[in-house]
Amino acid sequence: MAKYSIQVNGKKHEVDVLEDMPLLWVLRDIIGLKGTKFGCGKALCGACTVHLNDDAIRSCSYPISAVGDAKITTIEGLSEEGDHPLQQAWEKFVVPQCGYCQTGQIMNAAALLKKNAHPSAQEIEQAMQGNLCRCGTYNRIKAAITAAAK
Amino acid sequence: MKIFAPFQKKKDSNISTEIFSASRRDFLKVGGLLTGGLVLGVSFFSCNEKGKKIISIAPNVYLQIGSDGVVTIVAHRSEMGQGIRTSLPLIVADELGADWKNVRIIQAVGDEKKYGNQNTDGSFSIRQFYKPMREAGAVARLLLIRAAAQRWQVPAEECDTENGKVLHRNSGKKLDFGELVEAAKSLPVPAITEIKLKDNSQFNLIGKETPIVDLHDIVTGKAVFGIDAATEGMKIAVIKRCPVIGGAVKSFDDTKARAIPGVIKVIAIKGPGLPATLRKPLSGVAVIADNTWAAIKARDLLEVEWDLGPNATYDSAQQIEELKQEVTKNGTIRRKRGNFQAAKAAAKKVIDHTYVAPYLAHATLEPPTALAVVKNDSCEIWACTQNPQGAREAVAEALGFQVDKVRVNITLLGGAFGRKSKPDFIVEAALLAKESGLPVKVQWTREDDIHFDYFHALSVQRVVATIDNENKLSGWEHHIAYPSISATEDAAVLQPSDGELGLGATDFPYDVPNINVTTHDAKAHLRIGWLRSVRNIPQAFAVATMLDEVAEARGVDPVANALELLGEDRNITFNEELVKTTYQNYGEDIANYPWETARMKEVIRRVAKESGWGKSMPKGSALGFAAHRSFLTYVACVVEVQVDANNKITIPNVYYAVDCGLAVNVDRIKSQFEGGAQFSASLALKSRITVKNGQVEQNNFDGYQIIRMPESPGQIHVHIVESAAKPTGIGEPPVPPFTPALCNAIYQATGKRIYTLPIDLAT
Ligand code: FES
Ligand code: FES
Repeated sequence: MAKYSIQVNGKKHEVDVLEDMPLLWVLRDIIGLKGTKFGCGKALCGACTVHLNDDAIRSCSYPISAVGDAKITTIEGLSEEGDHPLQQAWEKFVVPQCGYCQTGQIMNAAALLKKNAHPSAQEIEQAMQGNLCRCGTYNRIKAAITAAAK
Repeated sequence: MKIFAPFQKKKDSNISTEIFSASRRDFLKVGGLLTGGLVLGVSFFSCNEKGKKIISIAPNVYLQIGSDGVVTIVAHRSEMGQGIRTSLPLIVADELGADWKNVRIIQAVGDEKKYGNQNTDGSFSIRQFYKPMREAGAVARLLLIRAAAQRWQVPAEECDTENGKVLHRNSGKKLDFGELVEAAKSLPVPAITEIKLKDNSQFNLIGKETPIVDLHDIVTGKAVFGIDAATEGMKIAVIKRCPVIGGAVKSFDDTKARAIPGVIKVIAIKGPGLPATLRKPLSGVAVIADNTWAAIKARDLLEVEWDLGPNATYDSAQQIEELKQEVTKNGTIRRKRGNFQAAKAAAKKVIDHTYVAPYLAHATLEPPTALAVVKNDSCEIWACTQNPQGAREAVAEALGFQVDKVRVNITLLGGAFGRKSKPDFIVEAALLAKESGLPVKVQWTREDDIHFDYFHALSVQRVVATIDNENKLSGWEHHIAYPSISATEDAAVLQPSDGELGLGATDFPYDVPNINVTTHDAKAHLRIGWLRSVRNIPQAFAVATMLDEVAEARGVDPVANALELLGEDRNITFNEELVKTTYQNYGEDIANYPWETARMKEVIRRVAKESGWGKSMPKGSALGFAAHRSFLTYVACVVEVQVDANNKITIPNVYYAVDCGLAVNVDRIKSQFEGGAQFSASLALKSRITVKNGQVEQNNFDGYQIIRMPESPGQIHVHIVESAAKPTGIGEPPVPPFTPALCNAIYQATGKRIYTLPIDLAT
């Protein structure tokens, strides 16, 4: 066990946890931010995607000990009113089915748009390939990202 | 116990509605935090032959209109991405004339006495509740109209509702629902015979596109799934289960596991042995810890000695080879028309192929998870379940509690596809909560989910088609071998059930003079369950790819071939040709929902038109076609494929034409078809479970793959046939025809026929 001070959505959190506890479980079990989901635990599905500074990371495979003083952003901190352009586009295209993968999809797409404000269709597919959707909402995800990037 | 496969259970299609005024206390019990207002209870019942009410199937739905005008509707079906929490209330609201912005939806808890059978699978929520929901809305509307008419001193017939208001047509007077609630409350509830349902042309919501009600919560991370359920003092359990089904814990050493900080208890769970059942947990050892990570870590450190049991030598590849032999033998005839052997003897050409499909896992993105709190003799559950009553009874049975002492709260489901109708994971939570005295949430990891699913069974099918001297398809023999779902409850079952065969095999609709459907023994070695569209998957794969070969052999275009073979416009019942059984027709009376060739022909013509069927395609590109009826819905599908020199498969376009009766929420029908194509693309191109030494060889999404965005079908065009017929299912019907249409397209593009799933062009 060790003590860490991490910054999540602009707030400091002191946690005392196992050194190898993935950030995902720190967020969900310790801090209580549950918008970030568990899908595989092995960086294979993207359900747990959050931002570390400006990068999308798989929080299930990112140990707390590696976070340091980086700024973590989760879906709860993506926008104040839930009105990030991607969130709006997601609503406009009614992207979700079960919804479980969608917070990870949105966080991944948000990191993409930060780096590349106008991605091509192919760049979107490449950037999103790590995010699985078992319900098969890929077509609407593509449409929503494209619309938000306009 | 109430765990039935969705196609085996008798549906109550002739539901009558009874609507009563419900006291506020009654409604509060449902869990809606409401005060006052007009509250109607809606109870649904069916009658037996003698006209006596059968109450046990009587779901009650509650509808409340508050003095603030807010309409609250209790949703009694589970939401797992199909949009039912939106679509059922939408039906009530449209008939009522409510303002959709002012409609609130509350999830009902699992309670059969109150809600009837809530098992949400078999694509039948809309089918069953469309009319009762409209009647509920119509009764409330009439009450409000009568209250307004009294106040205005005008005839009720001159009034109508719109957007949450009652209006008087002649004078233009309007009153909000909320203002009429008190007056309406004191009026007698009209009988069903007094109401008049709206004409379809008056709908504002039905037949349009309405966003799902949970949309904003989902995109902001506020939606509560099973994994998000929590309670004061909750602990997390992760279980190491016996890797072979039917095996058991012999002994274990938890020294290392207990050394992990945060570990609280280690508890062994007794398994059912064999049969594994559709409801009982597997044998294993559970670690209960303060948090998920500690539980996962400690679980991996458990040292368990297993008694692996009789399945320890099972090898799925070997079973497939054995079944390939089996289907060359004479099996058990399940459907017979004419004389197939004579047709074969006289045939000009005989086409004979064997189709192999693997085990599949559901792999819902949210792994199974359930929270249980046990206090004295009662238990409360929060879980992502498709079948809250089955869960309730299974928990009561496992704990030795009265059923009414178990309460099951339904969260949103992060995908289900049939997996979450089995309550095994919920029973695990209940047992551990009782044993430990702590609130326990059981968390399955992805590895647990892939290893211990209720699998979609592997399948070997052989189809023999004969073509006579007049170039007609004269004979059709379909041999079928796969472990039956029924074997999960009864190990003695070796052959497919009538219900399973009725999913695209015994209901072969084509006008062929000589037909045999024949089954063979196949033993179950895993827990076999049902996956989105169930046995339609391998059966449609075999049937619709063979039909493509038949068309080619006859020198007829595949679409023309299908239209010709469907024959005259007619309703088919199959019954006289089935051996010792009747066609189950997804639980519906065939008289109410016949197999109508005219409807199938219409969707086939429509998809041909929309896809530009017959157009010339560049080299390496092609269209493929398949049509299939399942869950009473008619679907035709054309897939466009491109195959490059490296055998890379791209799917630029998918065209569906669908007749699902009256379309309730057009947007969710489209989304189910979009998702259904992707789901089918996964199983066609990627997914396979294999078993060696009784143990599943895949662990996670690296070994068990599902389709990812870059390789997923590009554009999915969904064309819904306009219809006023009774609404039918939409969750499952998109899946079966996609895969054979893709296989047929690949053949056109490459000259290679596909007989084994998933598709591998390299072999
Ligand atoms: S849970 Fe982290 S990538 Fe799947
Ligand atoms: S919406 Fe269900 S997994 Fe993506």
